[in-house]
This record gives sequence, structure tokens and C-alpha cells, in this order.
Amino acid sequence: MTVTWLQAGTLACALALSGTAFAADPIKIGVLEDQSGDFAAATIGKVHAIELATEEINKAGGIAGRQIELVVYDTQSDNNRYQEFMRRVLQRDKVDVVFAGFSSASREAYRPIVNQFDGLAFYNNQYEGGVCDANMIVTGAVPEQQFSTLIPWMMEKYGKRVYTIAADYNFGQISAEWVRNIVKENGGEMVGEEFIPLGVSQFSQTIQNIQTAKPGFVVTLLVGAAQASYYEQAASANLGLPMASSVNVGQGYEHKRFTPPSLANMYVTTNYIEEVDTPASKAFLEKFHAKFPNEPYVNQEAANSYIAMNLYKQMVERANGSTKREDLRKVLAQGDVCFDGPSGNVCLDPKSQHMSHTIFLAKVGDGHSISFPKVWDNIKPYWLGDAGCDLTKADPDAQYTPSNPPSKQ
Amino acid sequence: MEFVTAIVSSAYQFGDAFAFLVLSACGLAVIFGMMGVINLAHGEFIMCGAYMTVFAVNWGLPLPLAILCGSLFAGLVGMIIERVVVRRLYARPLDSILATWGVSLIASQGTLILFGPTMRGVGTPLGSFMVGALSFSYYRLVLIATALAVLLLLYLVFNKTRFGVLARATIQAPHMANALGVDTNRVYAFTFGIGAALAGLTGGIYAPTMTMIPTMGTTFIMEAFVTVVVGGADVFLGTAPAAALLAVVKASLTSWQGQLAGQIGLLLAVILVIRLLPKGITGFILKDRA
Repeated sequence: MTVTWLQAGTLACALALSGTAFAADPIKIGVLEDQSGDFAAATIGKVHAIELATEEINKAGGIAGRQIELVVYDTQSDNNRYQEFMRRVLQRDKVDVVFAGFSSASREAYRPIVNQFDGLAFYNNQYEGGVCDANMIVTGAVPEQQFSTLIPWMMEKYGKRVYTIAADYNFGQISAEWVRNIVKENGGEMVGEEFIPLGVSQFSQTIQNIQTAKPGFVVTLLVGAAQASYYEQAASANLGLPMASSVNVGQGYEHKRFTPPSLANMYVTTNYIEEVDTPASKAFLEKFHAKFPNEPYVNQEAANSYIAMNLYKQMVERANGSTKREDLRKVLAQGDVCFDGPSGNVCLDPKSQHMSHTIFLAKVGDGHSISFPKVWDNIKPYWLGDAGCDLTKADPDAQYTPSNPPSKQ
Repeated sequence: MEFVTAIVSSAYQFGDAFAFLVLSACGLAVIFGMMGVINLAHGEFIMCGAYMTVFAVNWGLPLPLAILCGSLFAGLVGMIIERVVVRRLYARPLDSILATWGVSLIASQGTLILFGPTMRGVGTPLGSFMVGALSFSYYRLVLIATALAVLLLLYLVFNKTRFGVLARATIQAPHMANALGVDTNRVYAFTFGIGAALAGLTGGIYAPTMTMIPTMGTTFIMEAFVTVVVGGADVFLGTAPAAALLAVVKASLTSWQGQLAGQIGLLLAVILVIRLLPKGITGFILKDRA
């Protein structure tokens, strides 16, 4: 009897406090990011961005009147942890949505589990593109946004001889394929291509291979802190070639961590870095530093995670508070899920569930200052849709590459 | 000129790979070879030396002194860990593996909590020189010289000094040494300290060429264990020739087919050596003599 009265009392209190009936239980968001290990430098900011967005949304009344509760696990830059924790958040914690993953290897490790439990995951990272999976929403930039802009620009400025060094896993291999294709389409020549196992930190021989091949510029698709030793070693051997990248600066803020001028003359296409000089970016940075005064750098992935939180809020609210994946996808299918965020206006594409971006070409100067010689407005993630992926019609749960496109019906 | 360039380039790459293998392995080899302890915290001693070096440079010390400082600090930490953890486990080698692994986890995670996921490095000094169309880093020559100096110094310490005699006596017949008045505990502590200090030296001297992160030690671990396994128990008869052999394999394969081939070749060489010489190169040389 007492228990019932207590329960009734609690319910009454809850009703009185929130003002909305039965909306008091929170929306649970699983956050699986690498807070330790090889990738931690680039990903701790993502967790902080999600915490910042959560605080803002909760202060403003939550999502459709429900507060957000974060379930955060440290995936330790380890693919096994991703699988373990993805099962845990979906099965035991029963979260409504998961924000997960830095490396493409980790994404491909957890994606089958999201499919198995029919969950919904946001991947807030730039990557090699091609994931056509209704269970995934990708807010990071993809090759048609980062390479189709960067490589032709570099070839025009630095000549048509290109050398690629890339991390040896799905991200590096597929990104290198994109670079190869774009170089060929623009009448250039690949004078060398080398894949580096993750964790390798010694590059003397690679540097000499590059010198011997005499490229106009080097495309560096290196991932992780160990491989980042390349820049210091290339600078000390006076390699002196311009570099182009889709991953550096925007993720690992190498220009802040290394002694100038080891990163000088690097060009990166990114949808956000803290140096972006717009009022929206400045405001975001100020909020970020107010909550996390010691944040070493606010990178592209932090901005995308923040944007993803707000997109999720918008979709749930437009689905009348439903967190069911199919209801959210119906909203997404309308094609006008957009957000004015730190990087400008972005929209989700219904066919691929990827996001449009304003792409900034960031140039690292001699003293490691950043300038933006070029900005491409509103580049859509068109490749998957053009290649035949249409998630509004079919859900193949697959990852496609230029050499392995969707089969046309 | 083309020919000269090719020769210089090959020698430089061989030396660079050799230096990395020797410096990665020497601390591990001393502790394993002399004491029989497999020290899984080896990478964290390297990281410790590297971090201390960068701190010392930031406090205004010149780089060589800072590296010395990093090395001594790592040695000191090594002696403390020997006293607190490893000493209790000399009779239980398997447990010491587990314990040193635990130390390594605590060290890298503790560093992450204390100093964050990354730290600004110090930049590589000395600049570069040209041979033909290729340019090379001077600092890499310093690494090669250091590797050779370390080997020479170890030889002198363990073969020409009183400490070396006591250390070898303690390793060969601990009870007899003890009975003759040798403070074996002190010898163990010093030997472990020397191993840790060598790891710290490696960290310090590579710090200007690498990214400073709490897990930076792990990038040395594979090469370190591979060299020690191929070399066997003796630092001079084993580690040095093993490093030379593996450096030839690694440098030539990397220049021919890239880093991936170099890594594969390195591991294949190890498998082959272990299959043919289960006691490593040390065993091979000692059997030859007998």
C-alpha cells in the first residue's frame, strides 16, 4: 500500500515538475568513442561536444520535453571494445540512439551489431564514403566532398605527379582508390603509392622512396598518433613537398602539436576547424571553451558530433517525440532535415543518409597558422545516390567503393 | 654520382633500421638477458624517458642534457619498480610478466589522465644534408651513433668494471655470490635500473622525431621483442647481430616494396630464425664456440 502511494506521489511530483504526462523518462544516447589509446587525441573532443550539446538541449527543455541521458563508454581505440560496448548499449542499456566511432575499422566492426539489433547509429566522422545502411546516419564528410575538391585544386597548383601514403586499412585503401581515380580523370599520374600499417612510426625509407619518385605533392592519409611521426621526420629530412590530406589538421590538429614548420604547406579539406572565421564558428568555440576551458583543440569531428545531436533532436521532435528508427527516417525522407551549425548550413540527404557540407580548404603556413585559400559552399554527398544507393527504397546494409558500386537494377 | 647516392642511401637506411632495433631492444635485452625477467612495461619506460626529456627541454635544458635527464629518470623509476614489484617475483617469472604488464597499463593510463592525450614535442634539431638528389636528416646519424655507443658502453660496463663482474656472478650463481659478500639485491636493482635507463634513453633520443602520446612506447615494442627473441639471451652476442640481420631484411624490403613488405619480412625472418635456432643467435654462436 505504502509503495503504491509512494509511486503515485512520485508520479504526481514528476507531472507537476515537467508538466508533460509520461514524458519524464529520459532519452538515452549511447556514446562510444575512443577516450584512450592511439586515436584519443582526435576523439576526446567528440565526447565533449556531445556533452556540450546535451547540456544546452537539456537546459532548453530537452528533446520533445524529455531530458537526454548519456551512456558513455571508452572504446580505447580498440575494435573489440566497440563490438562489446555496442552490444551492451543496445541490449542492456537499451539506448534510443548511439553516437559511435572514429576509425573506419571500428565502424565496420560495430555496424553489423547495429543491424542485428536494428538500432540507429550516428557516425560523426569524415571517412572513405560508401556506407549505404538505413541503420546509419553519417554526418562526417566523404570523398566527393573532400577529394573531388582538394585533388584537382592541388594538381592545378603543384602539378600532375602525385604520391600517396595511406594507412593500411579500409579507410586508407578506399581513400587512395578515390585519389587514384580523381588523379586519372584529371590527366595526372600516380608516381607512387605506399600503404603503412597502423602503429608504424619510422618513415626514413618512405621519405626516400618519395624523393626518388619526385612527385609534385604528397597525399598523406596517415591515421593515428604513431603515423603522425611522419611529418616531423619528413621535415627533418627536408623533403619540402606540399601535402594534401583529408584527415590531418581537421582531426588530429597536428599543426598545434608539432613544432613548426613540420606541417608547413599542408592543404586539408575539412568541414570545420576552430580557425574557421565565421560568427557561427566563433560562437560555437566560445561556448565550447566556456564549458571545457582546457580543450586543446575543437576539431571537425567535435563540430559534427554537436551538429548530429541537434539533428537528432530535430528529427525526434518532428516525429512527435518518437525515437523509433522508422519514424525518424520518415522525417529524414522529407529531405529538409537541416541545421545551421558551427560550420554553416548542413542538410541530411535521404538517399544515402549522409550530410551536405561547406568545405574549407585549410592551408598550414610556415608558422603553422591557418589560412583558407578556397571555400566550396554546400557540397552534397552525391556519390552514393548517383551510384544507385537509395535508402528510401532499399536497405542493402553495405559499404560501396568506386570499384565496387551498388549493382544497378 | 647516382651510384654514390644509392650506396649512401642504402647505408643510411640500414643504419636507421639498425639503430631503431638496437635502441628499442637494448633495455629489454639487459633485463631479460641478465635477469630472466620479461619486462612488459618496457614501452612505458621508453615513454617515461621521452616525456621527461620533453619536460626538461621545456624547462630550458639543452636537448642532450634533457635526454640524459630522461634516461636517468626512467632508470630511477625502474629501480623503484624493481624494489616494489619485480623483486618479489624473481622466483615466479610468469607472474612477473603479468605484474609488469599491469605496471604498463597503470603507467600509460596514468600519463593520459595527468598529461592528456597528446603533448607538443620538441622538434628535430640539426637539419639535413644532400647527397645527389636525395636529402637526409643529420639527426638520424646521431641515432645511429648512439646505438653503436650504447653497445660499446654496455660491453665495457659488463666486462670491464667491478659492477659488471659482480652482476655476472650474481646472475650465474646468486647464492655463491651472496655467500662471498655480494649484495645481490643491490645488483638486481642496478641491473634493472640500467635496463630501464636504456629504455628511457631510447625514448629521449627518439622524442624529437615522434608524436608525444601516452602509448608511444608500444610502437617500439614489436621491434624490441622481435630483436630480443631473435638475438637470444646475450646482449652482445645476440642483440647486436640480430638487429643487424633484421635491419638488412627490413631496410631492403621497405625500399623495394614499401613499409608493409618491411613489416612482413621482419616477422617472417623471426619465424624462420626461431624455427632454425630456438635459442636465438646467442645459442648459435655459443654452440659454435664449444
